[in-house]
Amino acid sequence: MNREEILKRFEPTTENILYILHDLQDNNPNRYLSKEDIKVCAEYLNVPYSYVHSVASFYTMFSLKPRGRNIIRLCDSPPCHLMGSGSLLDYLKNALNVDIGGTTEDGLFTLELTSCLGVCGVAPAMMINDEMHGNLTPEKVDAILERRRRES
Amino acid sequence: MSLVRNHILISIDAGTIMAGARAVEKALVDEIARQGLSDEVAVLETGSVGIIGKGVVLVVYPEGVYYGNVTPNDVPELVEEHLLKGRVLKRLVLTEGPKQYVVHKERVGLLKEQPRIVLRNCGIINPENIEEYIAEGGYEAVAKALSTMAAETVIEEIKASGLTGRGGAAFSTGLKWEFARRAPGDIKYIICNADEGEPGTFKDRLILEGDPHKLIEGMMIAGYAVGASFGFVYIRGEYSLSIERLEKAIKDARSYGLLGKGILNSNFSFDIKVMKGAGAYVCGEETALIESLEGKRGHPRNKPPYPVTEGLWGRPTVVNNVETLANVPEIIRNGSSWFRSYGTDKCPGTKVYTIIGKVANPGLIEAEMGTTLRDILYEYAGGIKTGKSFKCALVGGAAGAFLGPDMLDAKMDFVNLREYAAVLGSGAILVMDEGTDVVDMLKSIIHFFKHESCGHCVPCRLGTAQLTMIIDRIAESKGKKGDIEMLLKISEVMRDTAFCPLGQSLYLPVSSSLKYFREELLDHIQ
Repeated sequence: MNREEILKRFEPTTENILYILHDLQDNNPNRYLSKEDIKVCAEYLNVPYSYVHSVASFYTMFSLKPRGRNIIRLCDSPPCHLMGSGSLLDYLKNALNVDIGGTTEDGLFTLELTSCLGVCGVAPAMMINDEMHGNLTPEKVDAILERRRRES
Repeated sequence: MSLVRNHILISIDAGTIMAGARAVEKALVDEIARQGLSDEVAVLETGSVGIIGKGVVLVVYPEGVYYGNVTPNDVPELVEEHLLKGRVLKRLVLTEGPKQYVVHKERVGLLKEQPRIVLRNCGIINPENIEEYIAEGGYEAVAKALSTMAAETVIEEIKASGLTGRGGAAFSTGLKWEFARRAPGDIKYIICNADEGEPGTFKDRLILEGDPHKLIEGMMIAGYAVGASFGFVYIRGEYSLSIERLEKAIKDARSYGLLGKGILNSNFSFDIKVMKGAGAYVCGEETALIESLEGKRGHPRNKPPYPVTEGLWGRPTVVNNVETLANVPEIIRNGSSWFRSYGTDKCPGTKVYTIIGKVANPGLIEAEMGTTLRDILYEYAGGIKTGKSFKCALVGGAAGAFLGPDMLDAKMDFVNLREYAAVLGSGAILVMDEGTDVVDMLKSIIHFFKHESCGHCVPCRLGTAQLTMIIDRIAESKGKKGDIEMLLKISEVMRDTAFCPLGQSLYLPVSSSLKYFREELLDHIQ
């Protein structure tokens, strides 16, 4: 879908900005909001570029830099922390050879931390794109990464 | 019509989907057909049955047998044993004792004698079927209100019930509605706060996933009482199943004439729009949520004016939590004195808790206000999982307080816990055993606040940064003399001067952890 088609689905009023930004980001092959994305949104809503940028930079689900095809969001809030998300973070950093916020060289994975995902009953948990994973162990993480590699 | 002899309820919520519930459901339907039982056995979807962390959960009726950790590979055996031969498949049964293989609700720890008001339909009806909600008495309350009660009478009834905000602030719901009703203006709004972000809390998600029509009905009644004809549900962006089910429920309600113009032949009109958040804890604060709904950064506003007089786009607005609104239809249907028969005098009704951490049965429970932490932990959640002893529980999420063993018998409700300098908050209970490193937990809490501080006010922005430096130092056993006093001092200043509850509430976990575990922190000081 091109940007115009996305924009046309919404009334050009600022209360739709989060929806528009969500859809623009999902549509971007690098899963982020590029300068062009922000520019077309600003023009469509008839607000300054800086306004859209300020909104986009406030919310953690939006990224202003290019990301990998699979965005890993590991929860590090207290419930997941209690159940061992700290060691999983080290494990993921090693397995992917990236730091927090980094993208693997092959462009397959970006590693991020997130606040509570609301699935604390199966902590530690992470989200990859729209899919939740819980009761994580290093072995389970390996299997999930392997599946994503195969599918990508 | 053929008569079905067995119903299998399969719990489809974000947690069980993760464990493969959709694959198990498909395997069940296929296997039942393969064994020629399709006319006799029905597979039905429902929301969470309250059992969390036990994989895919099924309940087979009429026997009421609960199975857990079911995988597609188990399905042929399960169908053959239970549904063809009528024998319970013992190895998958969720049970407390080895001999109790037929498990009735009361026997599965988490469902023990729960008074269910908010969760009445959760795990029983199919949340995607409006007719099942109606069959359980759904939309009766709004019909009663529209046909027999004046708006003021509805407000009086809610006031008399003593219902208070279940998001944590515990403000009288009836009073809030009354303020908004009396505020001048033709256009008013109802907002449902479903931006559930408090760590450890997922009750609103399970209500939305398990019984979305109840929320719609609660919002309709609120709209009628306040004089609003439009409502918004602000849901966090990560809750995709909640969004999907609520949007379907709204569509279905519209097609049944329950939302729209002239509802049930009255002159009341109401409609609801779902708005999706984008990841910001601070948007759980009502004025920040309103800013976000208006399409801005989610910074909290000055109060007063309160949203009841100047809220969304400057109009009188009621912001209520999901659980609060889910209580409303039951109160209108059964009356305020019925509601008051639950809970305590000062705090009537029930509270929905999520209990997690080092417990045997993590899950979603509803208990009367005033239930003790001991009862919730040992009676409902099966005690500590690890066989170790109880160290403490963080009650109310990251913005809550640590409660030690001396608090196990304190009655938990909004009023009583405040007397112990603790809060009930969102109802999250994170249980820690004696092996837990409290310094590490406190570090995690402070990091959470630093990450989520919106940067709007100085005490919170700089305070969380300073606290992070200090706690990181302590966690590495490089703490300096005076660090502990500084932790307390900074969080105290934040409590007194931060702009919104986010910054103000960090004092609670800091001060309560020091109350119980000062020695442990001191061990990390050089």
